[in-house]
Amino acid sequence: MDPIAAKSLGAGIAVIALAGVGIGIGNIFSSLVSSVARNPASRDQVFGLGILGFALTEAVALFALLIAFLILFT
Amino acid sequence: MSEAPAPAIDALGQFRLSPVIGALGFSQSNVFMIVSAVLTLALLYFGMRPKAVVPGRFQALAEYAYEGIMGMCTETIGHEGRKFFPFVFTLFFFILFGNLLGLLPFSFTYTSHIVVTFTLALIVFLLTTIVAIAIHGTHFFSYFWPSGAPVALAPLIVPVEIISYFSRLVSLPVRLFANMVAGHVMFEVFASFVVMLGGAGLVGGIAAVFPLGINVILMGFELLVAFLQAYVFAILTCIYLHDAVHLH
Repeated sequence: MDPIAAKSLGAGIAVIALAGVGIGIGNIFSSLVSSVARNPASRDQVFGLGILGFALTEAVALFALLIAFLILFT
Repeated sequence: MSEAPAPAIDALGQFRLSPVIGALGFSQSNVFMIVSAVLTLALLYFGMRPKAVVPGRFQALAEYAYEGIMGMCTETIGHEGRKFFPFVFTLFFFILFGNLLGLLPFSFTYTSHIVVTFTLALIVFLLTTIVAIAIHGTHFFSYFWPSGAPVALAPLIVPVEIISYFSRLVSLPVRLFANMVAGHVMFEVFASFVVMLGGAGLVGGIAAVFPLGINVILMGFELLVAFLQAYVFAILTCIYLHDAVHLH
């Protein structure tokens, strides 16, 4: 196979992990919304936790993205 | 880069170090570290100089930063958190200013180098381990054994706990480094799209507005990420310190 084509395919395969991250971030925010809806007073406390969870989950997406970039640009 | 076809995107070139004082190995990365340290000190010094009862904008920022980090330390670590406040504060502001300075045009993000983030994580790791051993002595090793687990599972649980303890050294630096690198590479890629489309006649010039707009949105997102990653690094440091002080 042409090495450049293989690189592009590899980068595409590497970001499949983003599907899982999408589900994860969706889960975080859906439970954030439902917990704020149940108890609006807890908003300040829960919001910080939700953002922390978002950042930790997003990091997984970036690991995958980084691998894709490494495949593409090096 | 070199083997790709003609209009290649040199996305990783922005992370290359160029020496400022070559003989000392002093690069623009070190210059920005000094700038961020000076900015942090200037914020605190000039912010707190008026000592007004009703704070002005600068003083409010300095007080808010101080109280925010202090709250994070005492809420996460507990009463002992006050002792670690200077460390967490320094760490937070070093990373925050590194991320934010990197967003200025023609600047350099020192947090986009894994050497820098790994060193920061290594300091955190060694500090938590030393604190835990200093407080608990040999009792520290019970950290790797969750209380109440069946003894038959010991050969399985203990290695897993040890691996998870050491994996902090990987996850903590790579999270920050990957966020910064990915953000800046995306800037570069979309900016290259603008240049490429702009060179492709009238239709391309009109289409070039879209990647430019994406870059504007990305800049807002990166401002959020810059703050969030500094916050995540600081709060994870606090959580590790809580583990070190209280053992679970």
